[in-house]
Amino acid sequence: MQQRDSVSLALAGSGGAGVMTAGNLLLEAAAQAGYYGLMVRTSGPQIRGGEAAALVRLACAPVDNLDDRFACLAAVDWQNIARFAAEIPLGPESLVVGDPAQGDPPPALAACGARYASLPLKALAKGIPGGWPNMVALGALAGLAGLPEDAVRAALEGTMKKGGAALAASVSAMRLGYAEAPKLGPFARLAPPQGGRRGDRWLLSGDEAAGYGAIRGGVRFVAAYPITPATELLEWMAPALAKVGGALVQAEDELASINMTLGASFGGVPALTATSGPGLSLMSEALGLAVAAEIPVVVVDVMRVGPSTGIATKTEQADLNIATRGLHGDAPHLVLAPNSVVDCVRTLRWAVHLAETLQAPAVVLADQFLGQSRAVVDRPADVAFAGGRKRASADDAAYQRYAITESGVSPMAIPGTPGVAYTADGLEHNERGTPSSQAPDHLAQLDKRARKLERADFGEHWADVEGEGELAVITWGSCTGPVREALARARAEGLRARLVSLRLIAPAQPERMARALDGVRRALVVEQNHGAQLLKYLRAEYTLEADLESFHRPGPLPILPGEIHRTLAQWGRP
Amino acid sequence: MSTASAAAITPQSFKSGVKPVWCPGCGDYSVLSSITKALAALGLAPENAAIVSGIGCSSRIPAYTSCYGFHGVHGRALPAATGLKIARPDLTVIVAGGDGDGYSIGGNHFLHACRRNVDLTYVVMDNHVYGMTKGQPSPTTEPDWDSKLAPGGTGLREFHPLVIALASGANFIARAFSGDPNGTADLIAQAVRHPGFSFIEVLSPCVTYRPEQRGWKDAVRPASVAVTDDPARAARRLMTDDGFNLGVLYAGRRAPYRAAPQHEPQSPASLELDFAL
Ligand SMILES: Cc1ncc(C[n+]2csc(CCOP(=O)(O)OP(=O)(O)O)c2C)c(N)n1
Ligand code: SF4
Repeated sequence: MQQRDSVSLALAGSGGAGVMTAGNLLLEAAAQAGYYGLMVRTSGPQIRGGEAAALVRLACAPVDNLDDRFACLAAVDWQNIARFAAEIPLGPESLVVGDPAQGDPPPALAACGARYASLPLKALAKGIPGGWPNMVALGALAGLAGLPEDAVRAALEGTMKKGGAALAASVSAMRLGYAEAPKLGPFARLAPPQGGRRGDRWLLSGDEAAGYGAIRGGVRFVAAYPITPATELLEWMAPALAKVGGALVQAEDELASINMTLGASFGGVPALTATSGPGLSLMSEALGLAVAAEIPVVVVDVMRVGPSTGIATKTEQADLNIATRGLHGDAPHLVLAPNSVVDCVRTLRWAVHLAETLQAPAVVLADQFLGQSRAVVDRPADVAFAGGRKRASADDAAYQRYAITESGVSPMAIPGTPGVAYTADGLEHNERGTPSSQAPDHLAQLDKRARKLERADFGEHWADVEGEGELAVITWGSCTGPVREALARARAEGLRARLVSLRLIAPAQPERMARALDGVRRALVVEQNHGAQLLKYLRAEYTLEADLESFHRPGPLPILPGEIHRTLAQWGRP
Repeated sequence: MSTASAAAITPQSFKSGVKPVWCPGCGDYSVLSSITKALAALGLAPENAAIVSGIGCSSRIPAYTSCYGFHGVHGRALPAATGLKIARPDLTVIVAGGDGDGYSIGGNHFLHACRRNVDLTYVVMDNHVYGMTKGQPSPTTEPDWDSKLAPGGTGLREFHPLVIALASGANFIARAFSGDPNGTADLIAQAVRHPGFSFIEVLSPCVTYRPEQRGWKDAVRPASVAVTDDPARAARRLMTDDGFNLGVLYAGRRAPYRAAPQHEPQSPASLELDFAL
């Protein structure tokens, strides 16, 4: 039987079946065995319980996205499985594993032509006191993928630290499933892992990565109001901040959380809040204040399907408009976007650095896919950014908080510093900070605030630029993973094309973009929303030589490489 | 200036010299002077105090002091001050604003600031009207007060901020009158010294849109009963109060808000152990 360098496995079941636990263990086991991987959780609309599926892709090299098809779907039961039909694409080459005690697979599944194999999960688990069907399924999937049994046991031991009878029962149940795998018929296993030290890898979610990057960037104050899918970021940060001497406050609403962060930042402590689209909308007035009073702050928007409550647990990239254009007045600010789970570390660290250095708010657009997916990644390089907040020194008789400077940045006095006290104000002001309704003051301060962003040197982090040729794909955020994979397939077929994945959305970088696209005649703009928001933003902010085409579609289904590859393949035809 | 001894600090040290935009006779002038007197009496250096406000005539106060000031957005002074105080517990933070700012658009934050009990002093200059937007009814306006926006009155019962503050957990509740600047200064100083969230409602007339409030000087009186730390007694007192009793009406014993207990901070890089395989 052939080997493959990536395998996609789905485990589905009703609430309480433990499919997420098993999915996480599968990812852990793969990590133990030296593989990379990604796990995406999906569930029905129920708050707790209800049907759920763990979508796991294991691979020999790092993976940022799901594949077009699943090689195997194992179901602990068939309850409401049809709901996942669109999320777990199967084909004739796929294997469906089900428990005969649960009856036949639903017709929706049979239609895809996948091969069916039965595995008595429940009956096997019953044979072991304290054994559970999800552990049998875990063993079977690990066996199919070709993970060593020891790695799965190590993952169980690592997770069930208390050990004892529960651990022993889980290990035995897992083993039973593992032994059944070869009996499920032909299935290509993973090629051997590529080596590399396991100690140099991390397993984390994008939300955790973002929280970690923010703390490494210097954030020591967070105020926020819970909202899916940003909550995990906050839940990771609460104890982490306490460990490093910071604080997290659960605010009464997003109006409070953004204003709390502005208060803390005014006090000299780098501050962050995290939310999703509805919360970002509530913060928009205070972001105007951050621009006018020049108070650094980072707002992470873990985007979900909108507008309104939309589909709160699913992914979409539809907040680009509000993030770039949603402030009142002329309000230059920063908008950034991480483009993979692990990139959340770097992008957040950079966002904090930029907000602090430029004394401006930075909105970071992550999304549900990045935020809630867990991935095995190479430990990211420890990129520290030089700079930070320019502070006023004490007793400077000539101090003016909003002095007009060449860079646009003027030193900020931090409370406690004598002789330079000032009032941070959302009212238009003169250089001293005294409220002013004079036209020249308004113009001078508008120019100053715009100049800060225009003159800043964003270096090479503004985008990931890869490849060569007269064709290009421009994308951002979680679309980057599937675009990269589609480009790799197209290149293998002889297409020459570049990738530009924007990490800095605003301010626009026309010169850098012109260099990145020099010689490109045709570019595809890939994004996950209904309104082609990035395409329209590019048209407004850039003068591009290339003909722009658009690939855009809304959530909730994540973009898959095959969708983009189909378009690229057409480009390849003469 | 930084080395000025405490003895050299006078109320004048806390004035910025910026000319207020207020109408002649506005009660807020006296409140400004009471705040500067209180800060001087507390022996604070201007740079160690911060005045945080929202939007309104009264909310203009920060820029008129020589302290660090934060003049934010309408209704959000309390959250901004909360963030500042939690991030910088070493600072003395005074929050100031109007009844519209604090009880209407910022009403939810008022409840939660009382409940959270962060060590702040909140001074509300209550004139029972929106002054800055030229005379609309606020939550404390009498139901029959006639205005362009609500001809014949709103017909709505007044909001009772002191009762709400008590019920929500404020740790210190007082009423002051701008016509008595020394008394007001003394109450502000007591409020700052009292741990936790201290709330002072200052009757501060809007002479432009509520000229009849000039008559408040004849209505106010010192509260006839001594301060209590018993919320039940305070509740009874506040519920039966006609709105003109001055002084400290409740001084509680709740421990102020503390952020998570601080250990010796760990290096941020060590957090990666959470993820390392
Ligand atoms: C979001 C928002 N809505 C409305 C306003 C307009 N506005 C400014 S001040 C104010 C009311 C002020 O009344 P109050 O807080 O009682 O203060 P006063 O002017 O009476 O001192 C209003 C409605 C605003 N600035 N911002
Ligand atoms: S309008 Fe009223 S509250 Fe505003 S400054 Fe004039 S008198 Fe004072």
